[in-house]
Amino acid sequence: MTELPVLFPAYPEIFLAIAIMALMMIGAYSKAENTLGAVSALTQVSFVVTAGLVLFVVGGATQLAMNDLFIVDQFAVYMKLLILLASLLAVTMSNGFIRREGMAKFEYPILIAFATLGMMMMVSANDLMSLYIGLELQSLSLYVMAAFQRDNSRSTEAGLKYFVLGALSSGMLLYGMSMVYGFAGSTQFNALANAFTADTGAHMGVIVGLIFMVAGLAFKISAVPFHMWTPDVYEGAPTPVTAFFAVAPKVAAMALLIRVLVGPFGGLVAEWSQVIVVLSILSMFIGSFAAIAQSNIKRLMAYSSIGHIGFALIGLAAGTEGGVEAVLIYLAIYLVMNIGTFACILNMKVGGRMVENISDLAGLSKNNPVMAMLIMVFMFSMAGIPPMAGFMSKLFVFKAAIDAGLIALTVIGAVTSVVSAFYYLRVIKVMYFDDPAEKLDSVESGAMKLILAVTGIVTATMIFYMPVVTDPAIKAASSLFGG
Amino acid sequence: MLDQLLSEYFPILVFLGIAIGLCVVMILGSMIVARQKPDPEKLSAYECGFEAFDDARTRFDVRFYLVTLLFIIFDLEVAFLFPWAVSLGNIGLFGFWSMVIFLVILTIGFAYEWKKGALEWE
Repeated sequence: MTELPVLFPAYPEIFLAIAIMALMMIGAYSKAENTLGAVSALTQVSFVVTAGLVLFVVGGATQLAMNDLFIVDQFAVYMKLLILLASLLAVTMSNGFIRREGMAKFEYPILIAFATLGMMMMVSANDLMSLYIGLELQSLSLYVMAAFQRDNSRSTEAGLKYFVLGALSSGMLLYGMSMVYGFAGSTQFNALANAFTADTGAHMGVIVGLIFMVAGLAFKISAVPFHMWTPDVYEGAPTPVTAFFAVAPKVAAMALLIRVLVGPFGGLVAEWSQVIVVLSILSMFIGSFAAIAQSNIKRLMAYSSIGHIGFALIGLAAGTEGGVEAVLIYLAIYLVMNIGTFACILNMKVGGRMVENISDLAGLSKNNPVMAMLIMVFMFSMAGIPPMAGFMSKLFVFKAAIDAGLIALTVIGAVTSVVSAFYYLRVIKVMYFDDPAEKLDSVESGAMKLILAVTGIVTATMIFYMPVVTDPAIKAASSLFGG
Repeated sequence: MLDQLLSEYFPILVFLGIAIGLCVVMILGSMIVARQKPDPEKLSAYECGFEAFDDARTRFDVRFYLVTLLFIIFDLEVAFLFPWAVSLGNIGLFGFWSMVIFLVILTIGFAYEWKKGALEWE
């Protein structure tokens, strides 16, 4: 008889999986009027319980599970908490929108939960196979979510486009994995790390495989030149779905990229670092220059997220522990400001109708000074203007890059940051100096007000309690480097 | 090392070369040697001897796709069940319960699709 594999470290994922399936049955068989409301609330509860399991039951000590396919360490805990927070807020923010726009089906929170489960798997992957399974569970749920508003042609187009390009990127990823497996004879991360050390050097085939894998993952984080789907999908998908897309999957895919590059390919830093530098520079350029011409705020946010990924990649390009630490801090702050910005966008409606042009914000400072103030905080933060949180995240990334000797990359980062400030400041100019447009409706629910207030305050005041983010990030990064 | 690896793949390269060469020869040969006199009758779609009713590229019901997809899931399930049943003696209780859990998950999916009416044709 074979022994039972270790399952304990995967308890949060197992709990979430069982909870989702139970919710699916509740949703399908319940006769209640408000199935969506019940399922949404229960999904939120399961996210909170899962976070509790991640934090208090399993903990952050490095443990392997399921025949070494699965790993839990401080890095995984940090990332899982970010992901669960993003998913929880995404479900909360969606509530009003999906009811208004005829998307009120109980599958919506369930799909978010499935995607979350996939992301948690990705973050904890310790083998190319478990990596791919997590990634596909996440991606398939997201394709459906993009097309959730299926009577809307733009939403279905976004879903289809996302699916086709996502399938292409998965193919590239798999091709790269097969090359790596062919040359190393294993898919397990520790075995790969032993096979590829800096001394033995890398075989051409491994490099090709590695490049393909990076390309496949770059699709998922939408780094240039693999970003083409982002603006269209962000614009076409329903706004709460876009809010979710912009945060949780990006954080998860970035975590995956870090884990893959630093773990199994840690010995090949010299090889992958140049690729990451190129991705980073291109992302920052496209993210800042292409956004200037946008008039739709969702498209603007798409380019903004491309730019932010470029900045985060600076830290990864450094390839040092400090660099990864900076990326982790960047992602946490990125999460807070993006959730806040999208909460504002979700409240952009005139007479119950959603509007999404920047010009619709004209004169907001007179109609709704609090909201204008909040958007201003988020835009200043995204532009990286002190004392907002976004300034600190850029500072850490630049510092890590300078420590690693990437002076040119840092200069390019600073220059594109200035360019991107132009379009962030333009939003503020439209709100404060243009003639008032139609008045926006007031904020729809108490939960939304709470999210707006908390994210706004955190973004504005994070500089005073940075250790709340930096301490776990330092621990997470050191767990990844075996410290 | 790379040379040795490549030489192992040499037969495949030869095979590819022959396959492509043969295809090219057959297509070009029929283009050069055969007489080409197209007329509308020759170019029209062939349908069992009688005249074609309409274009083959028509729309058809999206429900076919649904049924196909649902079928594939259970088709794959059988593909997993066979090796499992054959090796049941070796994989022990853990192997047994793994498959049972898998089947339960599939059943939940089945219950969901049934309840949602995906199996009704109307």
